[in-house]
Amino acid sequence: MSAPVTSAKTAGLLGIENLDRTEIEEILERARFFQPLPNETYRRLEVLKGKTVVNLFFEASTRTRVSFEIAARRLGAETITIAAQGSSVSKGESLVDTLNTLAAMRPHAIVMRHAASGAPMFLARHLHIPIVNAGDGLHEHPTQALLDARTILDHRPSLSGLRVAIIGDIAHSRVARSNVHLLSKFGADIVLCGPPSLLPRELANLAPGVSLAFRMKEAIQGADVIMMLRVQLERQHEAPMSAGEYFRFYGLRLEHLALAKPDVIVMHPGPINRGRELSSEVADSQRSVILNQVENGVAVRMAVLERILS
Amino acid sequence: MSSLLITGGRVIDPASGFDATADVLIRDGKIEAVGVGLQADGIAVLDAGGAVVAPGFIDMHVHLREPGIEHAETIETGAKAAAAGGFTTICCMANTIPVNDSATVTSYIIQRAREVAPVNVFPIGAITKGSLGEELAAIGSMHKAGIVAISDDGRPVMNARVMRRAMELARALDIPVIDHCEDLNLSAGGDMHEGDQSVRLGLGGIPSSSEDVMVARDLLLAELTGARFHVAHLSTQRSVAMVAFAKSKGMAISCEVTPHHFAITDDELSSYDSNFKMKPPLRCHPDVEAIIEGIASGVVDAIATDHAPHAGSEKMQEFERCPFGITGLETAIGLSLDELVHKNRITVTRLVELFTTGPANILKLDRGTLRPGAHGDVTVFDLDTEWTFDVQQSCSKSRNSPFHGRRFRGGPVATVVGGKIVWKREQ
Repeated sequence: MSAPVTSAKTAGLLGIENLDRTEIEEILERARFFQPLPNETYRRLEVLKGKTVVNLFFEASTRTRVSFEIAARRLGAETITIAAQGSSVSKGESLVDTLNTLAAMRPHAIVMRHAASGAPMFLARHLHIPIVNAGDGLHEHPTQALLDARTILDHRPSLSGLRVAIIGDIAHSRVARSNVHLLSKFGADIVLCGPPSLLPRELANLAPGVSLAFRMKEAIQGADVIMMLRVQLERQHEAPMSAGEYFRFYGLRLEHLALAKPDVIVMHPGPINRGRELSSEVADSQRSVILNQVENGVAVRMAVLERILS
Repeated sequence: MSSLLITGGRVIDPASGFDATADVLIRDGKIEAVGVGLQADGIAVLDAGGAVVAPGFIDMHVHLREPGIEHAETIETGAKAAAAGGFTTICCMANTIPVNDSATVTSYIIQRAREVAPVNVFPIGAITKGSLGEELAAIGSMHKAGIVAISDDGRPVMNARVMRRAMELARALDIPVIDHCEDLNLSAGGDMHEGDQSVRLGLGGIPSSSEDVMVARDLLLAELTGARFHVAHLSTQRSVAMVAFAKSKGMAISCEVTPHHFAITDDELSSYDSNFKMKPPLRCHPDVEAIIEGIASGVVDAIATDHAPHAGSEKMQEFERCPFGITGLETAIGLSLDELVHKNRITVTRLVELFTTGPANILKLDRGTLRPGAHGDVTVFDLDTEWTFDVQQSCSKSRNSPFHGRRFRGGPVATVVGGKIVWKREQ
């Protein structure tokens, strides 16, 4: 009765959960080829010359949208970006009609961000154009997990056996879900940490190797990687605690880093709220790799688009 | 008034304990006799050889959408779907536009059904005006006009004091109060059962406790008021246990379950297909197991479909924007045979009870039996013919079924209302 799960190779990239290790490794390896050398910009190739990629963003985004645009253009593709605000969507057009209209213009791929979990899976059943999921609701954000893995692998030889603490609003985080699926496939130890109302117990069953902690010190103990998440106020029905209390119990400060491995790296998918999820000192410290993540975003998305389109 | 001789079937009438190969003679709309070798000259004959001949099946929980939402279903199309599903009697919920909260709307539904419906239609009245949960509806007047129960199905009464008053009135009128048990504060923002799957899929969860706390509240209020209380579409293991407990104390409590709640689980949601979205949501395996045990042990009194048609465009949206509910009239017998009888969880006789004496006793309808003098309503179904459900061929106006393309073993063969064949399977 369920729709068949379409293969990522043929139908785009809908999520990490249904990818296998080999597919992920191939993307990460190819992304390394696309990484810029110091003081240079990304390679420019013409492999996607003549291809059109539509970026369809039903939800506000700056970094992901720009990152996909740069990635497509660096591969020689043409890109068109449509923000839902100001388009026919705001005139009441349904999602299916919007996508059918765009599909009739024959793009080669659609990069889509949507506030509803499952929206790209729903469309993939009705359209025959590859869809790249650029974040769907609380569900998945596959290219974020791929760029996070690329970033970790720039600092560690392997993901296997690493202790990764993911801290913050896990319940509302597609970044956390995609990262858990990816890291688990490579045998990492994943500790999810946050206030109880943002850390449902069922998360422990999301993938092998996941454990939960309510206390930050417990989560950070011996960590190789600390991933901080943004508090998604816009998705919460009620605030779990005040901003001040949140930072006191779940904000990352310099003194926490002493509990982790000496060469721990600190990550954040952005945009960061200084003084809310992490202190300015941490954000600007040598341990922070937040800007490397942004850089790898373009490289990973080049690898993904090339794989789907060429 | 029609007459019909139904020959050669296995006649099962739980109310009279009859179970044997026999003929059923209906004369002028009433059962005249059940026996072997019945003869009747000049009367139409329906050969039921190899099939089960049962009292007409009753679905005590459907949504016909008329008045007001006729683009999704009408009394006529819904009743035709019921006939095609083997039902001779259906009870329609009050959440139409306007809500069935007055004798005017009740009378309209009854009148309209007489004109266009091939099966018997009994309306269920709203508990509160507009089903807003605040002020009691014109329950007495609706009762005079013909409602058989009261319910604010889909918009449950959150105020316990209002529910208490409704139960007191229902007790005086000797009609059951049916509640869609859901604490709307606990379920707010939820689109599916809360559990591993909702967390994995990033969809808002509806915890089992949102049903359980309301079942508990209503059972306590039923004890307080002495009302006859019925749990609609029960879906959780705790609710099964609480209803069993209340029954063991001798309270006048009953409950129904839907075929989809015992046939499938929240594992289906991985496709984000909105045809798996309904309230209560598809639960997980332990709940399904508890429900089936409840059906087998007698805790569950009836199977009802909660047939909830929605126009195609409403279900073709992002999952979280889609309305709750699926159609169910045409797949109910097939699913019940597959999941309950063929898997040896219950006998065919128990299955017939769940569709006949079960709902008839809850609603005190003079139906659900083949005793001489009873209404000539008969459901003929078989146990083994394989068929595939094609939603595009459905008699319903809507297409929101998760069972499109499913293979079934056994299903309805013919539907007889008042001695008239209103639906017959194509050969």
